[in-house]
Amino acid sequence: MLTVSAVYAGSDMLAFILRRLVQSVIVMLTVALVAFALFRFVGDPIASMVGQETTLAERAEMREALGLNDPFVVQFAKFVTRAATGDFGISYRLQQPVMELILSRLPATLELALVSGVAAFVFGVGFGVYTALNRGNWLSGTIMTASLIGVSLPTFLIGVLLIWVFAVELQWLPSFGRGETVYIGNWWRTGLLTESGRASLILPAITLGLYQMTLIMRLVRAEMLEVLRTDYIKFARARGLSNRAVHFGHALKNTLVPVITITGLQLGSIIAFSIITETVFQWPGVGALFINSVRFVDVPVMAAYLMLIALVFVVINLIVDLLYYAVDPRLRVDRANTRH
Amino acid sequence: MAPLPNKPPLLSVRDLVVEFPTRRGTLRALDKVSFDISEGEVLGMVGESGAGKSLTGAAIIGLLEPPGRVASGEIWLRGERIDNLPREKMRRIRGRRIGMVFQDPLTSLNPLYTVAEQLIETIRTHMDVSEKEARARAVALLDRVGIPAAARRIDDYPHHFSGGMRQRVVIALALAAEPELVIADEPTTALDVSVQAQIIDVLKEICAERGASVMLITHDMGVIAETADRVAVLYAGRLAEIGPVRDVIQAAEHPYTVGLMGSIPTLTQTAERLTQIPGSMPRLNAIAQGCAFNPRCTHAFERCRAERPELIARGGDRQVACWLYDTEAQDV
Repeated sequence: MLTVSAVYAGSDMLAFILRRLVQSVIVMLTVALVAFALFRFVGDPIASMVGQETTLAERAEMREALGLNDPFVVQFAKFVTRAATGDFGISYRLQQPVMELILSRLPATLELALVSGVAAFVFGVGFGVYTALNRGNWLSGTIMTASLIGVSLPTFLIGVLLIWVFAVELQWLPSFGRGETVYIGNWWRTGLLTESGRASLILPAITLGLYQMTLIMRLVRAEMLEVLRTDYIKFARARGLSNRAVHFGHALKNTLVPVITITGLQLGSIIAFSIITETVFQWPGVGALFINSVRFVDVPVMAAYLMLIALVFVVINLIVDLLYYAVDPRLRVDRANTRH
Repeated sequence: MAPLPNKPPLLSVRDLVVEFPTRRGTLRALDKVSFDISEGEVLGMVGESGAGKSLTGAAIIGLLEPPGRVASGEIWLRGERIDNLPREKMRRIRGRRIGMVFQDPLTSLNPLYTVAEQLIETIRTHMDVSEKEARARAVALLDRVGIPAAARRIDDYPHHFSGGMRQRVVIALALAAEPELVIADEPTTALDVSVQAQIIDVLKEICAERGASVMLITHDMGVIAETADRVAVLYAGRLAEIGPVRDVIQAAEHPYTVGLMGSIPTLTQTAERLTQIPGSMPRLNAIAQGCAFNPRCTHAFERCRAERPELIARGGDRQVACWLYDTEAQDV
């Protein structure tokens, strides 16, 4: 039975990944449809490309040349094939290939999102565990109350407050931009390697991550309290395991299973919703690029951004599912094998 | 007060009181419970749900759930008082000197760790052995509790095992550090009838082998009859009767125990109806004055309603908390 379940586990895993991949492709195609509709039907692409003097005949010619008269399905297929190779056309506003624009801005957003995501996870889990284990003491109470503020204050207000305190009044940290940046490889511009780059990162990272941190903290606390009431924790205590082993070896691991999903999805929304933080701190990332594109109805950039965010969510979801698989042994075996 | 033989008892519980402070006053869940468990003995603890059986076990091992607390009384383990030990010292007793088996094997094991990990962790918490030695011990233990192909199955996760097998694993875990006393809290209640007997047998055998005493908490008189040496009957947080199993089963003295025994179907008797005790056990905030059982007792008289009966020694190591057996009172 053991060998059977091991074999099952292997093929199960493969089937599981394949199934998830197919689902991911379907999601991406759906988003592509929305992006394409945006592209094609929000305003007239020809009108945004040509000047005032172009004649109607010329416009019709262009329309034909660009394939805009082709059937919808054909156009969509073209869009998808191009998108798959990273070709989203030329930005109306900046007259540069959209993909190039996004790639040059992406490192800034990813660095910001990763730093604030990791910080949110670390502090969220830390505070969550602390408040769960020390219920009723004054520090836990203070943390819980403070977390309410974190949940209820809007992001832009937190950003403005931080700028006011740390940049304007105390003058400890810069209030905008990325500071000095250096290249890693050909195109990854990083601010993590310079002092001013790191200093510039602090305020936006806090702004972006605070809400996520309080969310993770409250989730970890609730989940941990739940786990601490389970029989296997009672049994672990009855076996005389140390508090440390019970809390961090047994309870925390079980707590983190559901927390992983939420955190993964949060990382997606951190990237997607960095728009506000990037605007407040004039952070030169894709979020700021997107906001400017909206202002100028730069449809190719908007469509590409939409696809990018969808891709981020899909990839993160996939990773989360795989992590689940790694953490929770119960998912690894065929359900039929649990009997006798 | 208890009749102590020459050998000092392994566990001695004296006037144990467990209370739960609530907003509407303090509830007394265990009221002056006293009993001994001697070395190698199996003491059965019976009573209805809520009588305080599990609570007694939790109090002994020091794992009462807050706000529950030991309000007074003493618990002695081999002459050492353990109810007032500092937390860290009590932790070292748990698992090492007192093991515990819980009711539901499906939820007693951490689903994210293999059986090997949980066993080795437990062994190494209490014994100064290498990882390899601990593993060898763990395999031997699993083998002993009847897990087939233990050396291979030890690396499986709990969900790979059936309920009965998991309870064997739980027993192995409880006995991993060779405790002197095992508290088994309804170890078979959650299992199929077909495996209940096996589990009880394994538990009894392995404890006998190691000379460990057992406190077997159950509401199954059949299990008690087959397994225990002595039996203690709890009612509403108070000890009603305690004595050798055969005596208590064949000639129960406390009216509650008599009713309890009468409600068990037997093959030899052909009764039309099983006897039934009228009413139900009182809630903790509504325990009658005097004897807790008096509102349901057919023999109750004035004294029962006024004065709480203490345990009265009846000879042959029997004790019963009932005024009917108060030999000093001449009018009975």
